[in-house]
Amino acid sequence: MLDNLQILIAAPALAADLLIQGVFIGAIFALVAYGLALVWGVMNVKNLCQGDYVIVGGYIAYLMAQSGINPILALPIAFVLMFMFGWVVYLAVIRRVVDRDMFTSLLATFGLALLIAQVLNLIFGPEVRTAEAGFGTFFMADGLIAIQWVRLISLGLAGALALGIVLFMRHSRMGRAIRATAQDPRAARVLGVNTDQVYAFTYALNAAICGAAGVLVSLIWVIQPYFGIVYSIRAFVIVTAAGLGNLPGVILAGFGLGVAENMSAFLLGAEFAVAAVVSMLLIVLIYRQIQLYRVRQVVR
Amino acid sequence: MFFSRKDARVLTSAVAGLAALGFASAASAKVDGDTIILGSAISLTGKYSTNGIHAQNGYELAVKMINENGGVKVDGKTYKLKVVYYDDESTPARGAQLAERLINQDGVKYMLGPYSSGLTKAIAPVTEKYKIPMVEAEGASRSLFTQGYRYMFAVLSTSEQYLASSIALAAEIAKGNGKDPSDVKIAMAFENDPFSLDVRAGVVDDAKKYGMKIVIDDKLPRDLSDMTATLTKTKALKPDLLVVSGHSKGAATAARQIAELRIETPMVAMTHCEAAKIISQFGAGATEGILCPTQWSETLSYKDDLFGTAADYDALFKKTYDGYKNVPYQAAQATAAVMVWKDAFERANSFDTEKLRDALAATDMSTFYGNIKFSEAGNNIAKPMVLRQIQDGELKVVAPTKWASSEVRYPRKPSY
Repeated sequence: MLDNLQILIAAPALAADLLIQGVFIGAIFALVAYGLALVWGVMNVKNLCQGDYVIVGGYIAYLMAQSGINPILALPIAFVLMFMFGWVVYLAVIRRVVDRDMFTSLLATFGLALLIAQVLNLIFGPEVRTAEAGFGTFFMADGLIAIQWVRLISLGLAGALALGIVLFMRHSRMGRAIRATAQDPRAARVLGVNTDQVYAFTYALNAAICGAAGVLVSLIWVIQPYFGIVYSIRAFVIVTAAGLGNLPGVILAGFGLGVAENMSAFLLGAEFAVAAVVSMLLIVLIYRQIQLYRVRQVVR
Repeated sequence: MFFSRKDARVLTSAVAGLAALGFASAASAKVDGDTIILGSAISLTGKYSTNGIHAQNGYELAVKMINENGGVKVDGKTYKLKVVYYDDESTPARGAQLAERLINQDGVKYMLGPYSSGLTKAIAPVTEKYKIPMVEAEGASRSLFTQGYRYMFAVLSTSEQYLASSIALAAEIAKGNGKDPSDVKIAMAFENDPFSLDVRAGVVDDAKKYGMKIVIDDKLPRDLSDMTATLTKTKALKPDLLVVSGHSKGAATAARQIAELRIETPMVAMTHCEAAKIISQFGAGATEGILCPTQWSETLSYKDDLFGTAADYDALFKKTYDGYKNVPYQAAQATAAVMVWKDAFERANSFDTEKLRDALAATDMSTFYGNIKFSEAGNNIAKPMVLRQIQDGELKVVAPTKWASSEVRYPRKPSY
């Protein structure tokens, strides 16, 4: 670890490189986690097929790359297609479990995750796939800082998407209806909000965000029918760390996770990257317990 | 209701017991008339299905060729071969169940292996328990050969040999350039799973033998496929050799990110180049000079009487099965496994499993796939791993030098 630290001190540009790469990684996790936080917060559904929506989005990009279209253009297409897909899934499955207890929704979405992975495997086979945007890399500081164009574009797109959603939630009619439903579904219903439609919209929006993230995943990493769980788990970690109902916190935690993971992979070795992140989550949770304990004492 | 639930359960188990008895009587069906029946649980669906099907095609091609060319001669009589398959859905638990079913219900006495080390690990304890000999072609993990299994034989080279040849090659090159092999610096990135760690163990052993210095030893997490931290370190430490192993995911990620970050390490070796299709996915320029180990290549000069040379096998396979541009080594080694069975039947001149086991243990044959001779532990010690290099978008054998068709290009000169 110390010798790795020495490398960073000797070449601070490398530290900048790690930071930038971490932000790129974090941007995608932030998107996926944001969708999860939305569904969790508004509908109280813990969506275990989150990562599988990501992979479906990735395959849309892959298909476009196969037919000779630059896969970056798949972003809006995946967004729209996955929105429709999410709406259909809501009507077919989620609608029936939204008012039930936690385990019903966990089981239902876990089943969906298995189903999606197997169907993808039947269609595309188990091979690892990638989509190539062919944008290249630019270098700074004697080649020590490398920035892949596709990652930079992804970061920009992820940022724009996140900003668009935040504005939408704040100012549009539907956005306000979603927030009202999240606060108190019964009161919202009394005041004329069609909560069923709000749920459908929220769920579809989540699938669309995941699909868009999936396009970026296929451009940056690799996709395979069974890789969805990676993104599901990280989304859960981020939402738990940020705390429910804290949407800006989710985005920050996403970036934090990406940077922390990349830094610890360099300093401690790649095998400890995940362990480092999970340990940090543990510390956050313990810290929050201590805080809550204080509050409880005051109330008492 | 006439039956209580408990009664129903008793009844069901009685029926199951009767059924089992019925099957037990079928257990003598190991040789059915003039047909010898082999059994295999193989991954026809699930995550290993692509390679599982390659293996099945390999088994079937061997069966077809053996049956068309005189069959198997035991005790003066000619027999045909047939393989019974079950789909293990790429899950070890299912594989073990199906092995039980093949042995107990279908009465199979001669087994062929499944696909992957994981499945082989699940099935081997079952075949050992029933003392049923198994020739496997797709499980390379060296941990399979440290269990003291008596009835399992493997035709392929074990996993610790996969990248060890690249270390020998690096040493050879260092000597050729007037340097000491102990000056060679190695960067390693291995996925944290049993197979890749086996590959790593082989690399570490050989690096130690030459006194080489390991400057990076990263174990990539099994889930996320990002290597930027490792590659950033590679840029700072400038090793002479970078070795990577992490299945198709690792190969695809490494090939892509090595190009994106323009890593200038003069020698790069990784497993699963072919499975990940890195040449077609990332281009000949970006992957130029990458070294890829393989169990078998159609350009090797091995041959036998049934299939002819490796190149003949290659041509026949492509003619028999549609849609293959390259013949995967998974198919070739599956074919070799069936040839080992034929050879063992004829030498044992018997259907007795113990005599067959001893005949298998004494195997010493040449095939289009390479020479086959088993160690005490059951792995093939007569066939080396082959190292190929991507040269102008094609895979050329560069090591071991005895079978090399091309000179190794050092340092690699990719165009990113």
